[in-house]
Amino acid sequence: MGVGTRLRVNETRPRLLFQPWPLSLLGLSLLLATPIFVVFSSMFFPAGDIWTHLLDTVFARYVRNSLALMLGVSIGVLALGILPAWLVTNYRFPGSKIFEWALLLPLAIPAYIIAYTYTGMLDVAGPLQSSLREIFGWHYGEYWFPEIRSLGGAVAMLSLVFYPYVYLLARAAFAEQSGSVLEVARSLGSSRRAAFFRVALPLARPAIVVGLSIALMETLADYGTMQYFGLSTFTTGIYRTWNGLGSSVGAAQLSALLLGFVFILVSIENWSRKQSQFFNTGSRVHLGNAHKLTGGGLLVAYTACGLPVLFGFVVPFVQLVIWATITFDTVMSGDFAGYLLNSVSLAAVTSLLALTFALFIAYGRRLAPSFASSFAARILGLGYALPGTVVAIGVLLPFAWLDNRVSAFMLARFDLSTGLLLSGTAFILVFAYLVRFLPIAMNTVDAGLAKIRPSMDEAGHSLGLSSGKILRRVHMPMMRGSLVTALLLVFVDVLKELPATLLLRPFNFNTLAIRTYELANEERLADAAGPALAIVLASLIPVILLSRSLRQARRAPGEVSITQSMESNK
Amino acid sequence: MFANKLLTLAFGVLAAGLVSAAEVNVYSARSEELIKPALDRFTEETGIEVNLITESADALIRRIELEGVNSPADVLLTVDAGRLFRAEEAGILASVDSEVLRENIPAAYRHPEGKWFGLSLRSRVIMFDKSRVSADEIADYEDLADPKWKRQICIRSSGNIYNQSLLASMIEHRGEEATEAWAEGLVANLARRPQGGDRDQIRAVVAGQCKLAVANTYYLAGMINSGVAEDVAVAEQIGVLWPNQDDRGAHMNVSGAGMIKTSKNQDEARQLIEFLSGDFAQQWYSEVNNEYSVRADIPVSKTLQGFGTFKADTLNLEALGRHNAAAVRLADRAGWQ
Amino acid sequence: MTLATLQLDKVSVHLGGQLIVDAVSFDVPAGHIACLLGASGCGKTTLLRAIAGFEPVSSGRVVLGGTEVSSSTGMLAIEKRRIGMVFQDHSLFPHLSVAENIGFGLDSLSKTARETRIEELASLLEIDNFLDTYPHRMSGGQQQRVAIARAMAPRPDVLLLDEPFSSLDVELRETLAREIRHVLKSEGITAILVSHNQFEAFAMADEIGVIKNGRLLQWDTAFNLYHKPASLAVADFIGEGVLIEGHRTAEHEVETELGIIDTRQIQGFNLPDCEDISLLLRPDDVFHDDESPIKAQIIEKAFRGAVFLYTLELASGKRVLSLAPSHHNHEVGEAMGIRLDVEHLVAFPKLPVV
Repeated sequence: MGVGTRLRVNETRPRLLFQPWPLSLLGLSLLLATPIFVVFSSMFFPAGDIWTHLLDTVFARYVRNSLALMLGVSIGVLALGILPAWLVTNYRFPGSKIFEWALLLPLAIPAYIIAYTYTGMLDVAGPLQSSLREIFGWHYGEYWFPEIRSLGGAVAMLSLVFYPYVYLLARAAFAEQSGSVLEVARSLGSSRRAAFFRVALPLARPAIVVGLSIALMETLADYGTMQYFGLSTFTTGIYRTWNGLGSSVGAAQLSALLLGFVFILVSIENWSRKQSQFFNTGSRVHLGNAHKLTGGGLLVAYTACGLPVLFGFVVPFVQLVIWATITFDTVMSGDFAGYLLNSVSLAAVTSLLALTFALFIAYGRRLAPSFASSFAARILGLGYALPGTVVAIGVLLPFAWLDNRVSAFMLARFDLSTGLLLSGTAFILVFAYLVRFLPIAMNTVDAGLAKIRPSMDEAGHSLGLSSGKILRRVHMPMMRGSLVTALLLVFVDVLKELPATLLLRPFNFNTLAIRTYELANEERLADAAGPALAIVLASLIPVILLSRSLRQARRAPGEVSITQSMESNK
Repeated sequence: MFANKLLTLAFGVLAAGLVSAAEVNVYSARSEELIKPALDRFTEETGIEVNLITESADALIRRIELEGVNSPADVLLTVDAGRLFRAEEAGILASVDSEVLRENIPAAYRHPEGKWFGLSLRSRVIMFDKSRVSADEIADYEDLADPKWKRQICIRSSGNIYNQSLLASMIEHRGEEATEAWAEGLVANLARRPQGGDRDQIRAVVAGQCKLAVANTYYLAGMINSGVAEDVAVAEQIGVLWPNQDDRGAHMNVSGAGMIKTSKNQDEARQLIEFLSGDFAQQWYSEVNNEYSVRADIPVSKTLQGFGTFKADTLNLEALGRHNAAAVRLADRAGWQ
Repeated sequence: MTLATLQLDKVSVHLGGQLIVDAVSFDVPAGHIACLLGASGCGKTTLLRAIAGFEPVSSGRVVLGGTEVSSSTGMLAIEKRRIGMVFQDHSLFPHLSVAENIGFGLDSLSKTARETRIEELASLLEIDNFLDTYPHRMSGGQQQRVAIARAMAPRPDVLLLDEPFSSLDVELRETLAREIRHVLKSEGITAILVSHNQFEAFAMADEIGVIKNGRLLQWDTAFNLYHKPASLAVADFIGEGVLIEGHRTAEHEVETELGIIDTRQIQGFNLPDCEDISLLLRPDDVFHDDESPIKAQIIEKAFRGAVFLYTLELASGKRVLSLAPSHHNHEVGEAMGIRLDVEHLVAFPKLPVV
């Protein structure tokens, strides 16, 4: 009885200490952040004279190259991503509907694959330069040709496959901008172009910065392209320190340094976003008749929308198809269907879990914002910038330790060895994916949730809904677009993921990415084209679904009235 | 549904770990494509199931270390001697006492206490464009540092294990100082910043970007047999020069195997390593992968025969592992990216 | 006769192939405030957007300050029209401060001239304390003041206001409407307001155009719309009132359920030339009179301070409205004596009432 009474007292006090949300939120964050703590803990181990050696020789180059790469990719993805997003949301021209989704296609191509295809074509020994030499009788050195395997080439490759992140977020931001804000600017004497620079772009800036930070984290984590191009960056340096110099502590410390750098970047981004945080003061108003483009405008639109799709997707895709037809017999070798099924099931399970956790974390922070929870979220966000292998080791270390402890305990107590319960299973693999890709889901979900005014929560509470029900019946229907985006971005990323899969997978468990990598690593590019093509095709389905659902979300605006969304859930 | 499948899979693997059917678990640095057919044959012959994971050797060694006493790994396969040495240093390998292995594998290619066994040999040689360079213009690895080859040499990154092993072998033969001077000379002669794989170096020679390239022989053989017209044409232009024939011989690396200390299937593990040193596997290495057998009685593949006979460097393979870190530091200092 | 700043000549607008605005013509003289009044979906906003240049006209022409800006053959770019636009949702630029919002259209001015103009408008609209504030920290009413200041800043030829007060609460709406009218008049600005609220229109506008189904029904002053509606539809839309049926009994007499009306007492009024007549009874035409033989049952009453507005049901079941001084307090359900006291009357030939 006494307990019951006390419980009732607690119930009448809304949201106090022992709420389930903040506690389990903290628990989940800590669990998922373990690998990151493992990396940071390396700071406390001695690394011998590795640092003297690194600082004396290669460290400056790692830093210089990484920074140059980040700068280049920033310029590249912004240049490729923003303008098309603006064009497809605010103008009509023949094919604009197609570009709207086609611009997302390069997401389906792993960075190292596009690097391989372009090198195959443009390298000094590739067909293009060979034919030039043959036709004109030139010799090497007698003509100028851009070196594809260079810093500039790497910037181009990464920009071509990462610009869709900027495009995706910028497009959503432009589409959500109240049309009347732009119309006001026009009525105050701004041309369309001026309205873009003075109003639309500044308003979309927070979204664009999110897109850019995703692209930059991918850039920092990239190993395959840099290694193939022979470029020394922080990430290739981590591998070299580990494999070549044989210092896993040194490698972990390099990783920790990289994380520290990213942490500062993310903090600056958070801070600047807070400085410029504004709820859209107006409601979304119809855009009116989108402007029809003609003449010069049409040319600009086709260039801005066409080039990224052409070079980011069509050209490498065609090259892969050509290679795959040459090597058709070997394409289907191995357990092709098995690879495909493994890849797709891992991607599906991970993306669903990532979405659930991201939603849980974002909503928990909304319910009980605190310094601890936002700090935890920022720590979790670092996983995306870590090279997959580092994440994998960080995951394996605590789990293997736990497994061995449990096994030793069971052996001592019941004379039964349980072996490794979690290590070497798909569980630990999915866990590593979550550490790596949860940030991308969190970013997207956060952005969607932030757009819902707090009055919606209050309206829900006033109608007697619990926090969980508000999330399910109010927020989730309202932010459908963001949820689908998060789901599919993670899906595609898992399909492409390689290093963590390689290190953590169970026996006899192959994915398309592994198959592609092994063949490419044997320098059998043409043979690798088959599985690479399968990755692209498997990613295409979610990419197309993504663009379709975004279009629907736009047609039926996110700002559904609270009563409507409740009715539809009855 | 997918979750179900994954769960089944997870428990399947778990069960596989618990139930002791006749099986052997292989952690392989050799890619699936280049080992699976031999393993399948092993299962066919012995009825022992083989479970396989492939990944780089360093990652596998780390995984085994972290998995500790409960690691399911029975056999580690690597593609270079340095990693066999590193695995042994990490203390994860057990001695295998096998008459068959002692008989099949010459002493130079195996650990004295049977901690690891070399299974195939890979030679790293100098390749040249037959139309622009004649074979008598260069003889030794040392000549690659000769200023007459300024801007004429293509070689991949020093991050690559085969280059690290080559450097390690020179450290063993000539000392660290001389090797560093050589590396500096080599870097000065590079036609381009190191990039791409071995095949890319070979292609660059024919494209005219450089006159000489350093590459493993099986890559050239692979191009000849690839069926891709462009690659075949490139390979036909290339001459193979066996370096240092008048002194220590051409640099050789081994791929090999070792049994894991915590193995729960020691008998099966031994049988697998024995099988890999046997006639079928050795011929398969030679025919399909164009590697050289560790056994004198196994014929060299037709393609490799075309490259001629040569004198191989017979240094103690452990040296490759021992000097690996020194080799990388030396490359860093010499500016070999 | 002042020069018309804005002229519309048989303007039609199609949206998605549908006729939304149907051959609307009107003139707005310089310095006048006009209002397009109509229920939602009547096409008034589309018409405003066509004037602004956001929608093309399919026929007819829009002339602004003597220049043709829209016709079926072409349209002048919005930014060149010298119009100011105020939206229902204010549409302030959230990334700019209040001062920067107001100064947005003042690029061509020097820095000092710009600042002078911003301060001038801020004090005119009483937002001078907010100049460094960002819009999301302001109340709806304050935001709308900023939006109006911003639109007025470049001294547009015409200010277009799309339901400018509808997101504000009722109290604020009418005070702000009066205040804004005062500001516009003091600056001599020509303005067109779109509204569905007639009281807002009455408070702001010199002339009002009633729009239904894309057609302009009447363009007139508020007084005339109320007292001399040109059609049954306008009569029905403007003000409160009830149509009752009457039968002509003599040249100047019409018989209704509420008694016989002798229209000779009404100055300058002539009955339509037919037998069956519809009469518009405003609440102030129906008087409370305990002596009257005509009784009606009280269905509803609403307290309006000085008066009650009664909804009454006649014997026939027909309902009428009546204003009575609030000290005459009757209960719902009671019967109440009423009589007609008609000083003005609106009558139309009887039509099937929809």
